[in-house]
Amino acid sequence: MTCSDWIRYSMAALLAGAAWLPPAHGATAAELEAAYAAEAGAPANAARGQALFTTRHGREWSCSSCHGAVPTQAGSHAATGKAIAPLAPAFNAQRFVDAAKTEKWFRRNCNDVVGRECSAAEKADVLGWLRTLKP
Amino acid sequence: MSTIRTFAFGGRAGLALIALFGIALPASADDDRNAPGPPLLPKYQQECASCHVAYPPGLLPAESWRRLMAGLPRHFGVDASLDAPTLGAISAWLAANAGTFKRVREAPPEDRITRSAWFVRKHDEVSATVWKRPTVKSPANCTACHAQADQGDFNEHRVRIPR
Repeated sequence: MTCSDWIRYSMAALLAGAAWLPPAHGATAAELEAAYAAEAGAPANAARGQALFTTRHGREWSCSSCHGAVPTQAGSHAATGKAIAPLAPAFNAQRFVDAAKTEKWFRRNCNDVVGRECSAAEKADVLGWLRTLKP
Repeated sequence: MSTIRTFAFGGRAGLALIALFGIALPASADDDRNAPGPPLLPKYQQECASCHVAYPPGLLPAESWRRLMAGLPRHFGVDASLDAPTLGAISAWLAANAGTFKRVREAPPEDRITRSAWFVRKHDEVSATVWKRPTVKSPANCTACHAQADQGDFNEHRVRIPR
């Protein structure tokens, strides 16, 4: 975790007490991660996020089944074959810019992959890992 | 006629008319097999076409769309749940634009477009091995062979089956 990450995390943690939410639009992956970390009460752990993303959880699919093991390139939907644009925010400016959309996809995909919704800590971890992926 | 007969003009008669007059005649009012169909509701495009082609609403009867929309948390084995306002808006649009043409009037097994009698018939020369190719994967993956399927274009003359 870099210094600026700590500042973001601390600010988000402070603001969480005042029911702070990231903006619905125009959010950044860093802000969303900070909000999840604040909700979890712990900073993101990128290694844990990578493990959650790439391994299966007693079910048919992992996150990687559709997004690829390192989601810096296009993936393909495991059931329909439809192309899925890169997920890592440094490779796709459309990713993680909308809190509600991020929540919707975590809800759906965690249900499919893990069989339940993911915790705030798990979401922070995954975002933390995705943000380490750079061109 | 090649493997998959033309979707847009319902076969030889339509093509003969085009050949005679050099124009594509508008479809009769009851012929809603016609692609591309109504302009897609932006919400439908946004929510449903993330995972699959935005299937033209006229390919299923209202009864099938109603069941599908009621079961989104377990949509063919995948959680496709929506918030209530979005669910309502898309459901209303699908109900208004659902298929009524005789081939579409009856709900297919499991409400799968790909199990409709007309779909099976139009694809009867596509072998099982073609469907299983990694580049095709599933009969639901229209764009594998119909490159413009996401614009509602299923014209057989533009079909390219990938290796």
